[in-house]
Amino acid sequence: MSETGTPILALEAVGRRFERSIDMAERLLALFGRRPDRRTVHAVDSADLAVAEGEVVGLVGESGCGKSTLARIAAGILPPSAGTVRFRGRDVAGLGQTERLAYTLQVQMIFQDPFASLNPRQTVGTIIGEAPRVHGLATGPAVAERVARVMHEVGLDPSLAGRFPHQLSGGQRQRVGIARALSVDPRFLVCDEAVSALDVSVRAQVLNLFLDLRRDRGLTYLFISHDLSVVRHIADRVAIMYLGRIVERGPAAALFATPTHPYTQALLAEIPRLSRRRRRFTPVAGEIPSPLRPPPGCHFHPRCPHALARCRDETPALRPVAPGRWSACHLNDQA
Amino acid sequence: MTEPSPERPASGAAVTAAAPAVDLWRRFRGDGVAVGGLLVFLVVAAAALAAPWIAPQDPYDLTAIDLFDGRLAPGEESLSGTVYLLGTDDQGRDMVSAILYGLRISLMVGVVGTLFAVAIGVLAGLTAAYLGRWWETGLMRLVDFQLSFPAIMVALILLAILGRGVDKVILAIILVHWAQYARVIRGAALVERNKEYIEAAQNLGFSRLRIMLVHLLPNCLAPILVVGTIRIASAISTEATLSFLGVGVPITEPSLGLLIANGYDYLMSGQYWISVFPGVALLILIVAINLIGDRLRDILNPRLRT
Ligand SMILES: Nc1ncnc2c1ncn2[C@@H]1O[C@H](COP(=O)(O)OP(=O)(O)O)[C@@H](O)[C@H]1O
Ligand code: SF4
Ligand SMILES: [Mg+2]
Repeated sequence: MSETGTPILALEAVGRRFERSIDMAERLLALFGRRPDRRTVHAVDSADLAVAEGEVVGLVGESGCGKSTLARIAAGILPPSAGTVRFRGRDVAGLGQTERLAYTLQVQMIFQDPFASLNPRQTVGTIIGEAPRVHGLATGPAVAERVARVMHEVGLDPSLAGRFPHQLSGGQRQRVGIARALSVDPRFLVCDEAVSALDVSVRAQVLNLFLDLRRDRGLTYLFISHDLSVVRHIADRVAIMYLGRIVERGPAAALFATPTHPYTQALLAEIPRLSRRRRRFTPVAGEIPSPLRPPPGCHFHPRCPHALARCRDETPALRPVAPGRWSACHLNDQA
Repeated sequence: MTEPSPERPASGAAVTAAAPAVDLWRRFRGDGVAVGGLLVFLVVAAAALAAPWIAPQDPYDLTAIDLFDGRLAPGEESLSGTVYLLGTDDQGRDMVSAILYGLRISLMVGVVGTLFAVAIGVLAGLTAAYLGRWWETGLMRLVDFQLSFPAIMVALILLAILGRGVDKVILAIILVHWAQYARVIRGAALVERNKEYIEAAQNLGFSRLRIMLVHLLPNCLAPILVVGTIRIASAISTEATLSFLGVGVPITEPSLGLLIANGYDYLMSGQYWISVFPGVALLILIVAINLIGDRLRDILNPRLRT
């Protein structure tokens, strides 16, 4: 269902580099012939991901692999340094001012930190009502009505509109963040670790809120988490990311049942089994390499139990391995 | 600092709906030193503002001054039978009146100079932090360049060129103080601009102007308030120094610094009051302002909160 028709949002060969600035000490050392460390981080490297209207796509990967960077690019907060972002088929880099605003508002981001993502100097009512007021989506008393409506929709008592964020609980704050996003009638929510900072009991409630909103508003989601069990609960399709690259992509059920990429297999083995007596993680063997100097070839080869000789210098491409399933591994060529 | 559990509202004192400003006042009120400093400052400022009505004499009115009353000691009776509480200066001015009018000028110069310097510093610091690129590099180079010279030297050179005058002293204070504010505010704004609520504001399609003024600026107010308060004291002492050195305010509108300078010649001959009483007034003013600023810093700095 997902890969037919024009997707609502498509990332095509999207990349993002960050330049690390060289500080004074390094500049001095460079005078004595010590070359400074590699300066560029390739946070996202040629990622392809299309999301169809109404779909929930999960994005999974270890911390630092570039999920938040990808999320910011998708939401239009951060421009990619390579590749194209298409919203309903159109390159967002070429949009005029009005179309750009429409794209910006229709794709809203929900942030991980429910505290840092709310302006501490604004009341809940202002936080939620500012955008509709500024963009003329509501005027006068209609602003307060709109605020009350979305607050109700996310399960917040509208009487909290006069509170400041520090007077709310973590779960309430995250609901304010969701209400703020809904205030501009988005079609697409990019949720970057949106439940990771919440207590376990609240986490389930907020996840269910996302599912309700999907049903009631027909929302589309890019749902990012380092936690596979959360993604399994909510996603139709899943993409697995490792050191800036998408290494596997496919329908959630199939991907969880028969992971094809060795990294996905390792991640799935890492989910704690409650049935086991010892509740211990079986970690993916080895350290996550520094994104500053990723291993050549397949980034995963130093940790991969199946690594071949060519894995060390040849980057595997993301290729279809079964209907709807894509994988970036040299082992796929041998089958 | 202990992070409250996410499901419980933070800080018990703030559970009732209260604006941050109200919250700040509540904590300020509970601090004895801060309240004491504020009270002293308010009394001094009120006396200075009310000088035309409460001063026994108009020290600018030459007809009201009797040269024969020059350098009378505190409490000494003059030929005309007047008793001057804090004595008179070399021209026969009542010291109480001179100090009240001097305070007026010192405060006015300090506050007005600081307000303008803060305004320029906020503008420069905020835009540098948020807009970045060549604008930030250029502005911050200028700030570094300016701060590499001693402030008093810059002011001295400027006044040597412009001449004396209250307006010129204010200009000099703005010029030597704005860079300090720009640096502090850029630092605060750099921290804030990396927080997610700024990204959220961008995501809601707000203009850069709105993000800077409505989202960034209110969250940089704490350092602006602290540094602004403390720097009023430093602006007042800059003015006093300039006037003491004879390049500040004109002799017809003596500030505290100029009064101290006027009495300096007589200090050795035992006529201490001409210099010392204006000096004490200046000291009280500066200490009070510094105490307020210092306590504000403690109150507003979350890392010092228990
Ligand atoms: N603004 C930035 N400047 C420099 N490096 C960054 C920036 N944002 C992210 N990075 C780097 O990019 C990599 C990916 O980060 P991020 O997208 O936050 O990963 P994740 O969300 O998966 O933990 C990390 O190595 C991080 O240090
Ligand atoms: S390409 Fe090689 S190293 Fe990479 S996952 Fe496949 S087998 Fe492992
Ligand atoms: Mg992240």
